[in-house]
Amino acid sequence: MAKGSNNNILIVDNLHVSVEGYEILKGVNLRIPKGEVHALMGPNGAGKSTLAYALMGHPAYRVTEGSVFFHGENLLNKTIDERAREGLFLAFQYPREISGLKVFHFLKKAYISRFGIDEGTFSSMDFFNEVKEKTKLLKMKEDFINRYLNEGFSGGEKKRMEILQMAMLKPEMAILDEPDSGLDIDAVRIVAEGVNSLRGPDIGVLLVTHYQRILNYIKPDVVHILVDGKVVKSGGPELAEHLETAGYEFAGAEV
Amino acid sequence: MPESEYKYGFHDPENYVYKAKPGLSYEIVSEISWLKDEPEWMQKIRHRALDYFLKKQLPKWGPFLGDIPFDDIYYYIKPSEKQETDWKDVPEGIRNTFDKLGIPEAEKKYLAGVGAQYESEVVYHSLREEWAEQGVVFLDMDGGLREYPEILKEYFGSVVPYTDNKFAALNTAVWSGGSFVYVPEGVEVAIPLQAYFRINAKNMGQFERTLIIAEKGSRVHYIEGCTAPVYSTDSLHSAVVEIVVKEGARVTYSTVQNWSKNVYNLVTKRSLVLRDGLMEWVDGNLGSGVSMKYPGAILKERGARAEVLSVAMASEGQQQDVGSKVVHMASDTSSTIVSKSISKSGGRSSFRGLVKVIPGLSGVKASVRCDALIMDDESRSDTYPYLDINSPEVEIGHEATVTKIGEEKLFYLMSRGISEIEASKLIVNGFIEPVVKRLPMEFAVEMNRLIDLEIEGSVG
Repeated sequence: MAKGSNNNILIVDNLHVSVEGYEILKGVNLRIPKGEVHALMGPNGAGKSTLAYALMGHPAYRVTEGSVFFHGENLLNKTIDERAREGLFLAFQYPREISGLKVFHFLKKAYISRFGIDEGTFSSMDFFNEVKEKTKLLKMKEDFINRYLNEGFSGGEKKRMEILQMAMLKPEMAILDEPDSGLDIDAVRIVAEGVNSLRGPDIGVLLVTHYQRILNYIKPDVVHILVDGKVVKSGGPELAEHLETAGYEFAGAEV
Repeated sequence: MPESEYKYGFHDPENYVYKAKPGLSYEIVSEISWLKDEPEWMQKIRHRALDYFLKKQLPKWGPFLGDIPFDDIYYYIKPSEKQETDWKDVPEGIRNTFDKLGIPEAEKKYLAGVGAQYESEVVYHSLREEWAEQGVVFLDMDGGLREYPEILKEYFGSVVPYTDNKFAALNTAVWSGGSFVYVPEGVEVAIPLQAYFRINAKNMGQFERTLIIAEKGSRVHYIEGCTAPVYSTDSLHSAVVEIVVKEGARVTYSTVQNWSKNVYNLVTKRSLVLRDGLMEWVDGNLGSGVSMKYPGAILKERGARAEVLSVAMASEGQQQDVGSKVVHMASDTSSTIVSKSISKSGGRSSFRGLVKVIPGLSGVKASVRCDALIMDDESRSDTYPYLDINSPEVEIGHEATVTKIGEEKLFYLMSRGISEIEASKLIVNGFIEPVVKRLPMEFAVEMNRLIDLEIEGSVG
């Protein structure tokens, strides 16, 4: 397995997950240490998003077997919001639109919840300045924070909004579910720069992607290949490059 | 909702100067009129309206009203002898009630006038002097009748005649209190006029009657708030509001209705809009057991416009039957109806939107949009649009959406560390935001707070 394994922020053991009675994940094993970026690649239907949703605690994704430990504690008996407050983050492939909820108000509520801050003593001004700084980094427009959450956002704006949330909520473990899907190359670069700026010794990242493209911008430490609900191969960044030329067939064939 | 959870669920000992016998009769109606020392024409209208009320059947559509105990209701109660103009002169028990509602503070801050209806009589009423100098009149309706009988005689029942419906007839027969507002030509009343209404006695009907006249080119915003304490028996609230918007004038009427859940709230509100006038209704319905309320407008002359924004929340044991009724009677008139309803814990909300365009008009625009949010499987929402368009040159838009609060939206917000209750609040308050942002700041805050309380009561 990967380097620094006694510093694992996330440990997934033999995870089985069913959706509406169908088993999608059939015994996934993963270890992600702090300070590393792991890419999870695989063909459509392999279960990549299922893993992301199950780790975050979506009620439709039922864990039938196995365990998940997040900084040493059992993750699976916690509610969605508890997982988030303890430092788990999921950047959605398809972020939801919440009509009438302004971005700034939402970010403030999320921040207060994540860090258990008393709303009465919270300085909105400091927070505002921090949000503004991060929006610049992600090349977002100024009026962005007054818009309704994801409503009428372009694909690229939605993805950047996810990374902005990640930047503000400072997770210890971030799962990025296809942060590049549907984006043109300029938008991929902006999102990747945003993620790279958040890389560091205190955060583990699981980058879920179908294509190798984004890995040109976000260099992974480890690449895992998920086929039919199981991690069939793990290796260094060269594995992703090999996939690009050989396709997923080779990985599946080597099971 | 259990009694203890109702925020304003306190009540004062009943200590009244005069309380009529329960039930409805010619004698009671005559007595009300006699006690108020009204002109004879008003007494005659009351009697004719009573006749109409007695012979008219209950409506055959909408919520069931067969349980209203008409014979047990007190139709008139007068809590204290004279009209108070100074806060210090208001009896202590009544003052305590207002203190709990925070009225004097509000008034100190920015309210120009406070007309607070306690039982059937306005107890406390004030109007800033600058407006009095401008000729703006803001009185309780009884005072209006005493001081401006000619205006009353001309306009009373001109927009909502007692023959309009059974409850308009009932109100006309036994009305008491409400507001009389007169804004002279060209005067813009910058700060909203506010009136708070309260029902206190058991089985007491509240039949306030409001008349607002905005002369040519004038502008006014009137705000009505309703809060009633909890009682074990049912109460009836049946108000009539008539508004005349003259040439180029603009009137905004905002309500946040939060009656306790054993109140029947059956209200007729309508505006007559003349050339280039604009009527805006902003209507929030959170309380009461059964509500039937369709604030409307008659666009009588060219260029007249109406905008109706409403929010309704139906919770356990509640039926919010709301909407709007707009009649286009002239060319180049326009109307916009936006309705947002929330149903939860078995509540039922219905939207009725009637848009009528008479024959031979051109340049008419109308748009109706109603959005329903359903919080759980026990709750229900229905939409009944009635479009009666008789002119060919009409631009009309109708849009209706129904959404469930949705696991996916909750999951998204909760994945950021926000609790389920907080996430529900954010979704619901976001849903009504387009309407709430039109309310004055203090009311918007109050509305959000009431909705938060409702959600805490069910999710928690």
